[in-house]
Amino acid sequence: MFRSYPPQIVLEAVLNGLLTGAVYALVALGLTLVYGVLHIINFAHGAMLTLAMFAVLVAHLGFGIDPYLAILPLTPLFFAFGYGLQRFVISPASRNDDGAILLVTLGLSIVLENLLLAVFRSDTRALTLDYSFSVVDLGFALLSLPRVIGFGVAIVVAAGLWAILALTDTGKAIRAVAKEKLGAYLVGIDVNHIYAVTFGLGAATLAVAACLLMPSFYVNPRVGNAFVLVAFTVVVLGGMGSIAGALLGGLVIGVVESLSGLYLGESLGQIGIFLIFILVLLVRPTGLFGARA
Amino acid sequence: MTPGTVAAYRSILLAIAALALLPLAVPLLVGAGLFAGANTFFNLMIFILIITLAAQGWNIAGGYGGQFSFGHAAFFGTGAYAQAVLQTRYGVNAWAALPAAMALGGLVGAVIGILAFRARLRGSYFALVTLAFAEVFRILANATPVTGGAAGTLVPLRIGFGQMQFEAPAAFFYLALAFVAGVLVLNRVLERSRFGAWLVAVRENEDAARALGVDTLKVKLKAITLSAAITAVAGALYTQKFLYVDANIAYGAWISVEALLAPIVGGIGTVFGPLLGAMALIGLGEAAKTVIHAAFGSAVPGVDLVVYGVLLILVIAFAPRGLIGLLKSLGGR
Repeated sequence: MFRSYPPQIVLEAVLNGLLTGAVYALVALGLTLVYGVLHIINFAHGAMLTLAMFAVLVAHLGFGIDPYLAILPLTPLFFAFGYGLQRFVISPASRNDDGAILLVTLGLSIVLENLLLAVFRSDTRALTLDYSFSVVDLGFALLSLPRVIGFGVAIVVAAGLWAILALTDTGKAIRAVAKEKLGAYLVGIDVNHIYAVTFGLGAATLAVAACLLMPSFYVNPRVGNAFVLVAFTVVVLGGMGSIAGALLGGLVIGVVESLSGLYLGESLGQIGIFLIFILVLLVRPTGLFGARA
Repeated sequence: MTPGTVAAYRSILLAIAALALLPLAVPLLVGAGLFAGANTFFNLMIFILIITLAAQGWNIAGGYGGQFSFGHAAFFGTGAYAQAVLQTRYGVNAWAALPAAMALGGLVGAVIGILAFRARLRGSYFALVTLAFAEVFRILANATPVTGGAAGTLVPLRIGFGQMQFEAPAAFFYLALAFVAGVLVLNRVLERSRFGAWLVAVRENEDAARALGVDTLKVKLKAITLSAAITAVAGALYTQKFLYVDANIAYGAWISVEALLAPIVGGIGTVFGPLLGAMALIGLGEAAKTVIHAAFGSAVPGVDLVVYGVLLILVIAFAPRGLIGLLKSLGGR
């Protein structure tokens, strides 16, 4: 079953895994951010990513906007979408009860995914761009250009998000709400507003991730499912609510997926991710890097 | 039997009698243009009953016990595959395969339960780990030869009572109804038992229950095992009705969602919640499909599921105790 490969192929798989992993990390960032503040798992995260990917598709096919340029309009648009969703749907419908939020976001994911199915049907689509198949030649490995760009931008966005949380007043308010909701409320922080801002930031990172994914990935209404469990795994591995953990977790998962795809074959490749997910949950639910349960 | 006992089961008897008499109304419903024919009606009703059964299974662990599984597909699929594989590969009789499917489903439930509960997974964590188990099963079933791999397993059509394949569409309806009736009674027995009380205690406050001397691990394990076994029967019946199963049917996310939506929409931790929820969800979903079909002149995929999602959000927002709770508060006024 286990074939041995020349080191160059393994190295290439590891590098490709790192490139994919950075985008996984970006997808997981929003999830872990929302978890850290609202203490809930946003089940609609995958469906929101799918929505963003279709938005990139429409922007390109309908308006001729390059996926990378689509970051500029889509990021604020998705921030507003996420803000509104939390403020006007999730929060009122769930009365901020944890179990209810999980179910409301599950309901949202069902609605989003199937609205997309109704509009775009179940066909799988991909963008064909002149640089879709461009490669970067490192001498010892060939890497896909869109994935290299994806890696770079993902790292920049993660750093930017970290800077927002660490340096801005809003970031401080977000961290205050995450740590001590009541205390934050008592010192005059508008907790509901901060919740919605956090959700908006999570959605905005998804918009960026979608723009980075579309040049080298495909989209169909169910594609979010493939990402959402990967994102959960990244978040659990990295420790719920930890930004650095999500980044590291994403890279680890990218490499694991790439290597298990190489050694186990395409159909069994993803199983490595779920097994890690289950093992981490069973053995160390606080994650490898997180402290909070 | 005391009068109290009789009263406790009267509503179940009435509900089952009403459902059992439903086939009498088929000519009327078809005549009114609501169904294309008797077969369409029975297929829909049998589907509702199978989902009800899966949801009744979920309701034991999730509704009474508060352990929200997002992965009941793991049990449904095990039942569905066991029913198919035992017949086609090992020549086991369909009736004998059914209890085996139930036992296997229960076993899977026990194993996942032991792993998850010993690791003290609760709430969202429990939901996620069950979801991941279901996905692992789906990938494995899609890749291993014994399940037929990606091609799935086809149970040959051999009509006969011994094969559990019936000529008359009403026959399978009554078979599924019998199982639903059995679980309705089981749930009522459970509600009135000491075990049921412990289970509810675990849901309401696990730490307090443990402090009062309830062996919460054992209670949760028993609940998930029973829950899984019942959902596995639903899977086995699904195979037996549609005579085909593949990884995306058996272990797909759709059944995990149906199994948890029906009780939540109907009324969590109640005897009739899963039944009412399955009827409301699937009924409204079908109605939406019909309306959209009439409006646009062609079928639009996903419409029924959009209705499911909206219904779920509305129920959480306006009727946290489900349709049963809504009916009770309306009746109480």
